Amino acid sequence: MKEQLKLIEQNAIAALNEAQTPAALEELRVRLLGKKGELTAVLKQMGGLSPEERPIMGQLANTVRANIEQVMENRKAAIHAAVLEQKLASEAIDVTIPGEAVSLGHQHPMNMVLQEIKDIFVGMGYTVVDGPEVEFASYNFTRLNIEEGHPSRDRSDTFYFDENDEVLLRTQTSSMQIRFMEEHQPPLCMLAPGRVFRKDEADATHSPMFHQIEGLVVAENITMGDLKGALITIMNKIYGHDAQVRFRPHHFPFTEPSCEMDMQCHKCHGTGEVDGQVCSTCHGEGWIELLGAGMVHPEVLRNCGIDPDKYSGFAFGIGLERTAMGRLKITDLRLIFDNDVRFLNQF
Amino acid sequence: MKLNRKWINEEFLDLSHVSDKEYVEKLTVFGQKVETWERMSAEIKNVVVGKVVSIVRHPNSDHMWICQVDVGQEEPVQIVTGAQNVHEGDLVPAALHNSWLTGGVHITKGKLRGEKSNGMLCSIAELGLTPNDRPEAYVDGIWILNDEDCYVGQDINEVIGNDDTVVEFEITNNRPDCYSIIGLARESAAAFGLPMKHHEPVVKGSDAGSMYEMLDVEVPAEELCNRYTSRMVANVKIGPSPKWLRQRLRANGVRPINNIVDITNYVMLEYGQPMHAFDYRYVSSGKIVVREAEEGETLTTLDGNIRALKPGMLVIADENKPIGLAGIMGGENSEILDDTTTVVFESANFNGTSIRQTALALGMRTESSGKFEKNLDPMMTVPAVQRACELVELLECGDVLDGMIDIINYVPQPHDITLEPEKINALLGTNIPEEDMVKYLQLLEIPVEGRTIHVPSWRPDLNLMADIAEEIGRSYGYNEIPTTAFKTSTQGGYSAEMKFETKAGSLCRSLGFSEIITYSFVSPSIFDQIRLPEDSPLRNPMRIQNPLGEDTSVMRTTALPSMLDILSRNNAYHNKQAKLYEIAKIYLPVAGQKLPQEPKILVLGTYGAGETFFTLKGELEAIFSGLRIGKVSYEADSTNPSYHPGRSAKVSYNGELLGYIGQIHPIVAKNYGIDCEVYCAEINMQNLFAIQLPEPTYVPLPKYPTVSRDLAIVCDEAVTVAAIENVITASAGKLLRSVRLFDIYRGTGIAEGKKSLAFALELRADDRTLTDEESEKVIGNILKALADKLNAVLR
Repeated sequence: MKEQLKLIEQNAIAALNEAQTPAALEELRVRLLGKKGELTAVLKQMGGLSPEERPIMGQLANTVRANIEQVMENRKAAIHAAVLEQKLASEAIDVTIPGEAVSLGHQHPMNMVLQEIKDIFVGMGYTVVDGPEVEFASYNFTRLNIEEGHPSRDRSDTFYFDENDEVLLRTQTSSMQIRFMEEHQPPLCMLAPGRVFRKDEADATHSPMFHQIEGLVVAENITMGDLKGALITIMNKIYGHDAQVRFRPHHFPFTEPSCEMDMQCHKCHGTGEVDGQVCSTCHGEGWIELLGAGMVHPEVLRNCGIDPDKYSGFAFGIGLERTAMGRLKITDLRLIFDNDVRFLNQF
Repeated sequence: MKLNRKWINEEFLDLSHVSDKEYVEKLTVFGQKVETWERMSAEIKNVVVGKVVSIVRHPNSDHMWICQVDVGQEEPVQIVTGAQNVHEGDLVPAALHNSWLTGGVHITKGKLRGEKSNGMLCSIAELGLTPNDRPEAYVDGIWILNDEDCYVGQDINEVIGNDDTVVEFEITNNRPDCYSIIGLARESAAAFGLPMKHHEPVVKGSDAGSMYEMLDVEVPAEELCNRYTSRMVANVKIGPSPKWLRQRLRANGVRPINNIVDITNYVMLEYGQPMHAFDYRYVSSGKIVVREAEEGETLTTLDGNIRALKPGMLVIADENKPIGLAGIMGGENSEILDDTTTVVFESANFNGTSIRQTALALGMRTESSGKFEKNLDPMMTVPAVQRACELVELLECGDVLDGMIDIINYVPQPHDITLEPEKINALLGTNIPEEDMVKYLQLLEIPVEGRTIHVPSWRPDLNLMADIAEEIGRSYGYNEIPTTAFKTSTQGGYSAEMKFETKAGSLCRSLGFSEIITYSFVSPSIFDQIRLPEDSPLRNPMRIQNPLGEDTSVMRTTALPSMLDILSRNNAYHNKQAKLYEIAKIYLPVAGQKLPQEPKILVLGTYGAGETFFTLKGELEAIFSGLRIGKVSYEADSTNPSYHPGRSAKVSYNGELLGYIGQIHPIVAKNYGIDCEVYCAEINMQNLFAIQLPEPTYVPLPKYPTVSRDLAIVCDEAVTVAAIENVITASAGKLLRSVRLFDIYRGTGIAEGKKSLAFALELRADDRTLTDEESEKVIGNILKALADKLNAVLR
């Protein structure tokens, strides 16, 4: 009987290892371990054994059974793995076929740059505001210390809506300085981006409508050093930390002292020349004008009911088109307003 | 304003040791921004003074000559010339092999009819000169240099006076004094911290008589003429000016004419005071009247144009007629001619605004008017006229008459500013000692006594402490001011409305729309193009009185045309598809107010394959959902003439109109040159923002199962989905959680004129599992209501 059990075990293991499919395995299970299976048949002979032999054979039979089950389990796992592998192989795809198209829209390059600039200022404590584009001359000129008869008020420069030159299309976002100071007391930090309008025919560098970003800070003890510090920080964030800048005196009626800020030309590194030719980016100047700025003119503060003896402040105006064009290397201003999708899709 | 450095070096302060680059950078950071600068010699290269050693006829030509020219090299060079005015021993400009002449002409060696020519002999024109610059030179031949102070082999640029640098400054409006050589010399001196030389004009006078017996000046137009100063010169001998004077004019881009005219131009450059010279012969009755023009008067100006004058324009007249357009240009009728013998010098100060407006009205901005419009220093008229008379004597071209007529119509207002070093340092953020401040001001020739600053008449821009701070700051150096970081307690940020707008933009982009930016002003023809009804209030826009052109003459009252314009343009560029958005301001006039409302409109626009009403509507719904907008209704609208009458809808919320969506009317599309289907939506952002739902709070997830039921409803074609949904919602009661259309069927099994709509319904209670009876009861109620109200039945 012992030999019988051993033989069953031997044959069973051989047969199991031959099995290739789950069905073959199931057939073997029934043949070997089922109620009418080989092992059961042997066990039925147990009754004919001596009481001493019985537990020994019983134990042996159980071991044989366990061994067969173990091999069967292993074989089952192997067959399942093979089947899965075959299935996966048959499911293989060409992963280089393009994905189902989902087209994303594009932000206009100018608003892309604007958004970044706004976020930088907001992080520095500035409040972003919006204001009217059709504006009173008093906000756009008079209260900014730009007197009657000033050339910028000419009808050749500014668009007007009435005979008295009272209502106009704002020529600068500086009008928002007045509007903001009218409604807020220092300390204040304002950023006012928006459309401005001047009577220029459209060409590669001019447009009758363009965008400015006005900044204004008024508080106690604000100095020109603070103006420099703030603008340098901002420009480093916009252009990267290696931006070399300089300040030069300039004139704006609503700031005193006034200045312009230049950045060293990134193409010629300030030399004005590239390969012996005049640098095309800065036209040989070595510097690129970034913005105009200055300390808020005492008269402007007074015009808004702020005491210039107690408060001081600075203001600046950034040309958005120039900034965006410089950053994104856009060569013609007309592209900005042409809105060709082949242009828009590049950004 | 142009400046030649040699003039400053020779007359005011010698900066010849300073390189051009250094000079330009120093002045720029000092506040006088240099626009461009150029060595005058940059154009002409490798042209030298040569001496004609021998000259013989060309063997194969009856008009050419073969010259051996000593150019200061070991051997003479052979040059063939066709000119007939060259003789042995003459000094001539010789362009050598590989030389450059004016206008980019390149000269190389070659052969002329078989004879070698190693260069070219030059005329004045080939060297960029005119007969005005060199009146003594032959016009049609080689420039003979025998009388020039020059030597063989010398660079011709030195002979021409091109050994100079022309620097062009951008002068700011507040510094009229810098429109002069003296003013820029002063700035240069201060920038380099050096004193400059001054020259006080001295007029010797003559015994030729007094001007008072000959000339009378009246200024009735007091308001427009602050000062009129005049002197006279008799026994005038008109001729060319000396070379030094002509060269200075030429370097500044002024064409030499004759000694008297050149003197007026020279003084204008030097002092910044425009001057004019009249021929006394043509000043009728010896009377000059400075008055406004009369209606109908004309004047032929020096450029030969007849100018129609109007009241308000200031003229210089004699007793009968205008003889000059004040501050702009003289009249042909009193021009200095070759036989002029007596001259009236005018050195006046006119009202800047008036001059600018007249120049603008007549379209003739001149050097002179450009200076006057900056409002010049009235104290300058006398030194300028004195300088002119001094030059007459220096040039020996006439006898200066005794006397000066000087009519003053303004009250000089000298003023002082207190030097406040503490306040200046506080404003600049510096620690500049008071004595340094005084030193800076003195270098700028601004006198300081103790703490009193006497503002010079030529610095009208200095009025306040802040103005002085700028002078101190730029002298100290803006770039030397330490940079600091201020601290404020302000909380920055965006308004809720701005965040809403930013969110809307990013939703649009996530759905495939690209952003456009369009002009705020449009053509009034857009109203017809989009078929706006004649009586629409949108046809009354804000009108620009002085537009660039008709196309940009009104402020848009609707954002649709701008979108259509861009779609049309993209279509014309053969872009197969466009999917665009803009958040655009429109400008709506408000009765009784001067400023319009400026609401923002979200405009969507598409054309191309796959775009339908329902794709756009789906996208709009996604945008609404992303912006937390509640249930919006769409109502068919056949009355909006810009849209397809059967494919457009009003979009509203609780009865409040938000905007429109639909297919653009084919006629409108055609008006924009588009022949395919175009879909647009226009949504008022303010109205949309107003209905944004509050931030959601958590609602517990359902504990009990949802019962899903699908209903296929057959109804008349005319019945809308919205109508059925409304009846379902109204009749179902609280257990109904959602209704969603998922199929529309027409055809076999459905009668003609009918359609089958399939809806998926979800029923649920929060406190129990619904029984079949409960759900059936709800469905029963719904079906009954559909049958009663819409004659719609279960399929």
